[in-house]
Amino acid sequence: MMLVVMAFGVWILGWWINTRLAEGPNAQTRAVKLLIPTIFGVTLLLVWELVVRGLEVPLVILPAPSLIAVRFAGSIPILWVDFAQTFIKGALSGYLIGCSAAFLMAIAVDRWEFLRLGLLPVGNFVAALPIVGTAPILVMWFGFDWQSKAAVVVVMVFFPVLVNTVAGLRETTAMQRDLMETYAASYWQAFFKLRLPAAMPFVFNGLKIATTLALVGAIVAEFFGSPTVGMGFRISTSVGQLALDMVWAEIVVAALAGSLFYGVVAMVEKVVTFWHPSQRG
Amino acid sequence: MRAPCVHPLCTAATQHFGGEPMKSALAVLTVIAVLVAFWYAACVPMNIKGVLVEAERAGAEISTPGARDRRDMSEVGLVLDNRFAIPATWAQDRPRLPAPHQVGIELWKTTLGKKITSKRSLVYHGWVTLSATLLGFAIGTGLGVLLAVGIVHSKVMDMSVMPWAIVSQTIPIIALAPMIIVVLYSVGVQGIIPKAIISAYLSFFPVVVGMVKGLRSPDHMQLDLLRTYSASNAQGFWKLRLPASMPYLFTSLKIGIAASLVGAIVGELPTGAVAGLGARLLAGSYYGQTVQIWSALFAAAILAACLVGLLGLIEKAVLKRMGMAS
Amino acid sequence: MNTEPNTQPVIEARNLDLTFQTNDGPVHALKDVNLSIDKGDFVSFIGPSGCGKTTFLRCVAALETPTGGTLSVNGMTADEARRNRAYGYVFQAAGLYPWRTISKNIKLPLEIMGYSKSDQEKRVKDVLELVDLEGFGGKYPWQLSGGMQQRASIARALAFDADILLMDEPFGALDEIVRDHLNEQLLHLWARTNKTIGFVTHSIPEAVYLSTKIVVMSPRPGRITDVIESPLPKQRPLDIRDSPEFIEVAHRVREGLRAGHADAA
Repeated sequence: MMLVVMAFGVWILGWWINTRLAEGPNAQTRAVKLLIPTIFGVTLLLVWELVVRGLEVPLVILPAPSLIAVRFAGSIPILWVDFAQTFIKGALSGYLIGCSAAFLMAIAVDRWEFLRLGLLPVGNFVAALPIVGTAPILVMWFGFDWQSKAAVVVVMVFFPVLVNTVAGLRETTAMQRDLMETYAASYWQAFFKLRLPAAMPFVFNGLKIATTLALVGAIVAEFFGSPTVGMGFRISTSVGQLALDMVWAEIVVAALAGSLFYGVVAMVEKVVTFWHPSQRG
Repeated sequence: MRAPCVHPLCTAATQHFGGEPMKSALAVLTVIAVLVAFWYAACVPMNIKGVLVEAERAGAEISTPGARDRRDMSEVGLVLDNRFAIPATWAQDRPRLPAPHQVGIELWKTTLGKKITSKRSLVYHGWVTLSATLLGFAIGTGLGVLLAVGIVHSKVMDMSVMPWAIVSQTIPIIALAPMIIVVLYSVGVQGIIPKAIISAYLSFFPVVVGMVKGLRSPDHMQLDLLRTYSASNAQGFWKLRLPASMPYLFTSLKIGIAASLVGAIVGELPTGAVAGLGARLLAGSYYGQTVQIWSALFAAAILAACLVGLLGLIEKAVLKRMGMAS
Repeated sequence: MNTEPNTQPVIEARNLDLTFQTNDGPVHALKDVNLSIDKGDFVSFIGPSGCGKTTFLRCVAALETPTGGTLSVNGMTADEARRNRAYGYVFQAAGLYPWRTISKNIKLPLEIMGYSKSDQEKRVKDVLELVDLEGFGGKYPWQLSGGMQQRASIARALAFDADILLMDEPFGALDEIVRDHLNEQLLHLWARTNKTIGFVTHSIPEAVYLSTKIVVMSPRPGRITDVIESPLPKQRPLDIRDSPEFIEVAHRVREGLRAGHADAA
């Protein structure tokens, strides 16, 4: 019971510190802006730890963060192999194939008005569908290994990237297009000098949405069948064995992989679209 | 100026597909026709090996006898050498790729052709999934809107919670689904609740992020105007922030409901649930019932389209009443 | 004024018509427009919105296609002239690409038209000097003020060999003081380059100050109501605007605008 009271105290303390910081004079500095969510996160972890210990919550319901950390540190080889299987082989290769295919398709769609009129509504429609549902079919076609996961990822990332890129390629203003017209620029000159650079903020928006989808696709596809390795496989089998600390360790890996993947794409975006008002800050 | 938001669901409602509706309708129909034609064409090489095995068993003359000898041959070559088998590729029992009409017939049989109480009725399975989706969606959006209001009015909450809400969008939180199902099962909770919880948290974060953006969308001039009236915080909320947030809310609702449906479907996978569209997908993949998988998939797609479309209609009506429709 | 042996006008419009089909029925953007512009002229187009001044300029640039009459630019059709890169066009906004530096923006038409690398460098240097932007070549557009951006966009239109410069309310978005300064610079530039300039504006002082010829237009249908040859000398300090001749011309422009307004009402 002591621990639960402590948890309550920690929560109050964390909130009090954050309130002081947020109301304080330095609230708008970069350091404080990072510090406040960090304190919040740490407070949450401490409360979780203390409550789980205090109420003696069984492992099969909720393991304490410290247990998860121990499991994580002790299973790095397994976690790494799973990560390589699911993220590098499945998600990343599917992401690259899907995004490049969507990009090329977007260029074709942009070139031919009829294709745009026909394909874009279909693309918008498909992008709203529960595409993860294609996983059992693709697993049946491409086998249990990473190829089927990559195929699911391809299907999942294709439409968001397509729709965003097409929207971006149409983003130029009438004036910018007229300028190209006054230079008597050819289609491809206007494409490479104007439309492609102008589309980049949109393209990256699609690429960022696709990072999360890629990971979701690769993990969920493993629920439909996989070799005895992979993050989705490990999650579903560990759940079956009630080894929840392992499940949480995999979730930590998934969270890290997801935010890093997103972060890397966002960093490339910053370099490529340095000129866009949203990046200039 | 913010980064452009072109989530497919934002653009679906706002994009204009050219000035001529006739021409766009024609274009859409053409694309669909091409897709269907491609689908039929793809059935031939995809199913040819299976068809030839069956035909051989039935005593037909095959260019290369023996399934084992055919295993490494190219499908296209087999099709060309055994043209008589082409119609059969569209009528197999368990094809690798069922033809569109097979899926259509199965959909028809399992929706309108069955009593909805039947275990084989897709309407029944669809309802199982839909009820979890809607319950979860209601919980998720309700809490999401509340948190957003809190975030907009409290600086501490904004600075503590908002970064995490944004980060949560970049990680595959759906990975938590199997654990939630099993843990709740072990404490005796099962049925609709665990799936609804997954649906709820998948729709929760998009709604929080979208709603915060919406509640913050009034510009300085609009906020200053209210300040000149010396309006209270509550008045500012009801008269300015909330109405201004509506377009953002609907955009995130559409994203949220699609996520909720995915959550409910995935929530049906890990325990080998017996009812629901996810269960149909899983059972179909166990028993190689491809036609069943495809029809469950299409049922899910139709459900998603209806839900998003319904929200789109509500959005249109609400925004029109508020005079915000474009 | 015209030193060329060839006395053919640079731009000549005869009975030019342009009708847009809209949902509310046809709109006569231009009706029966007759105008000839000689080499070295500085022609301003002035009139209320909807009078077709911008539309006429866009026809000359072959950005719009007239529905009737004839229009020749440099003795060819407008579209041939466009393909021959006969003119530089300056828009209402600078429209510089934010992802290119000022130098790279000025190089944009040169790249498209296939000028050699060394020629590009030289021309960029020359036009930057011409518009008083030396030393700003490495900056990005968003790092410059609105007036500087518009100067850069003029430099972009001057960088390649076109003897016609078409300007569509280029200083409309700038404040009065910057505008005066740019007007003065534009006159210098015109004197140095001897280009033929078509200039759309809705400011009477600007039109009178800059032009050798002022075309007054009125709307519904868009048409020319008066063409005023300016008696002012080519050398024009800013304070010429207080001279009786200037006020006289401005008065005539205002009368023309008022007459057009009365017809339309």
